[in-house]
Amino acid sequence: MELQDLYRDLILDHNRHPRNFGRLADPANHAQGHNPLCGDQLTVFVRLDGQTVSDIRFEGSGCAISTASASLMTEAVKGRDRAAIGTLYDKVHDLLTRRDTQADASLGKLAALSGVREFPARVKCASLCWHTLNAALSEGAATVSTE
Amino acid sequence: MAANLKSPTPGSYDVGRVRADFPILATTVHGHPLVYLDSAASSQRPWPVLRAVEQYETRSHANVHRGVHSLSQAATSAFEGARERARRFVNASSVREVIFVRGTTEAINLVAQSYGRPRFRPGDEILITALEHHANIVPWQMLCEQTGATLKVAPINRRGELEFDEYLELLSPRTRLVGVAHVSNALGTVLPVKRVIEAAHAHGAVVLVDGAQGVPHLRVDVRDLGADFYTFSGHKLYGPTGIGVLYGREALLEAMPPWQGGGDMILTVSFEKTTYNELPYRLEAGTPNISGAVGLAAAMDYVEGLGIEAIAAHEDQLLKRATEQLTRIPGIQIIGTAAHKASVLSFTMKGVHPHDLGTILDSQGIAVRTGHHCAMPVMTFFGLPATARASFGCYNTEGDIEALARGLDKVREVFG
Repeated sequence: MELQDLYRDLILDHNRHPRNFGRLADPANHAQGHNPLCGDQLTVFVRLDGQTVSDIRFEGSGCAISTASASLMTEAVKGRDRAAIGTLYDKVHDLLTRRDTQADASLGKLAALSGVREFPARVKCASLCWHTLNAALSEGAATVSTE
Repeated sequence: MAANLKSPTPGSYDVGRVRADFPILATTVHGHPLVYLDSAASSQRPWPVLRAVEQYETRSHANVHRGVHSLSQAATSAFEGARERARRFVNASSVREVIFVRGTTEAINLVAQSYGRPRFRPGDEILITALEHHANIVPWQMLCEQTGATLKVAPINRRGELEFDEYLELLSPRTRLVGVAHVSNALGTVLPVKRVIEAAHAHGAVVLVDGAQGVPHLRVDVRDLGADFYTFSGHKLYGPTGIGVLYGREALLEAMPPWQGGGDMILTVSFEKTTYNELPYRLEAGTPNISGAVGLAAAMDYVEGLGIEAIAAHEDQLLKRATEQLTRIPGIQIIGTAAHKASVLSFTMKGVHPHDLGTILDSQGIAVRTGHHCAMPVMTFFGLPATARASFGCYNTEGDIEALARGLDKVREVFG
């Protein structure tokens, strides 16, 4: 368990300067995510152009892992369609939870989150934004919770 | 563990000897000696508690109050001996006033459902404080939904102290029950419980004191306090989990219907009519946590052996020291600065979420609580999602505080 694997420079940078931070004006889907354990709360806004996410933003407050993960996620999914986002979601899930997987090259910067799997208590922090994005992409999105 | 033993507290309190009683303190976490600063969540158990439980389990276990055989009698005598021990611990008048429960949460639910539910009506009020743990909020909210009573909340100030004048103003003839923490788990504030009780009684309200954080640090005399109900958990008092005590004034308990039905709480059962047992058994349905009660009694012996006042003096010194040390670290803000505090230091570090801080401290073997401490309204009051909380027990040392300070330097280093 190495601290520097968790708090990599890229993670710390995205925590200090989250990308795509803020709200999207309507028309946009949005969903709220909540991690009751640590009080992380975030809202993900997505604008869809057909099946493609043409714009995405998030806001809220959370720990460095949850903020950086959300920031990296917005960069990764912008311009992708639902199917590609679904594939990415599965790869991120494996990255966060399976020790036997190598980071897939298609993950790009998201691979910086690979250290999280050594810290089981923090997996929920990194995955909250993805669950929230899923909710925002589905109709009738409500609040999602990691508990 | 040598690093943790330096500069023992002056005076007769020998923290090195105390530490030797707690086997878990000799373990390492991520290659570092454990620095346990989370006793407010759950304290560790000393050998005398572990041995008492083992002794009971290996030599005396059977069901209680049931058999004529020797083991059942041994178990009954151990269990009832623990009840008498608990009676002395809080100075109750009679063992009939000592109800064993799973813990503080269950005790408060018992009082809400057995005392409150048959009595309270729309227009009645239940008054709590803004410092309460969720366990002293939610059972009352549930009771209000069931009975139409209204929940009122006495406010706190920025130091985390009860606004006593506003508390007085909220008391009225409509107030049926006051629920108050003895010590705030989130901030460490010691509440003026005796004055709270006197004022409530003047309005005819009964008072339940949530003593989960009280008994480990303060000598409690329920008769001197005038408490109608006083409750605490074993596992915050160096005893086992799953066992706690509800003290209730006999006249009140006597008038309370059983909360749960089953074994032990009955005298006779027929399909037409069941007659209930007497106190305290009437409020204890089912086979109880016998070994837990035995362990709790051993924990009470242990704490009184060290001396609650001696433990409190030791912890006060640690709290003072930790407050000074942390105040010197740039970016640290202490949350909860009441004049009278016990053993809890809640804080935030600028630019660092408490959850990250907790992970970095953990990587150095330092256990602190991070989060809302089951007191979300307190966090909301201070406009925070969460804090980090270091809490001290009889076994903590100044070395632990130095480790915490070094750990926080490391946090600053990571987050630069």
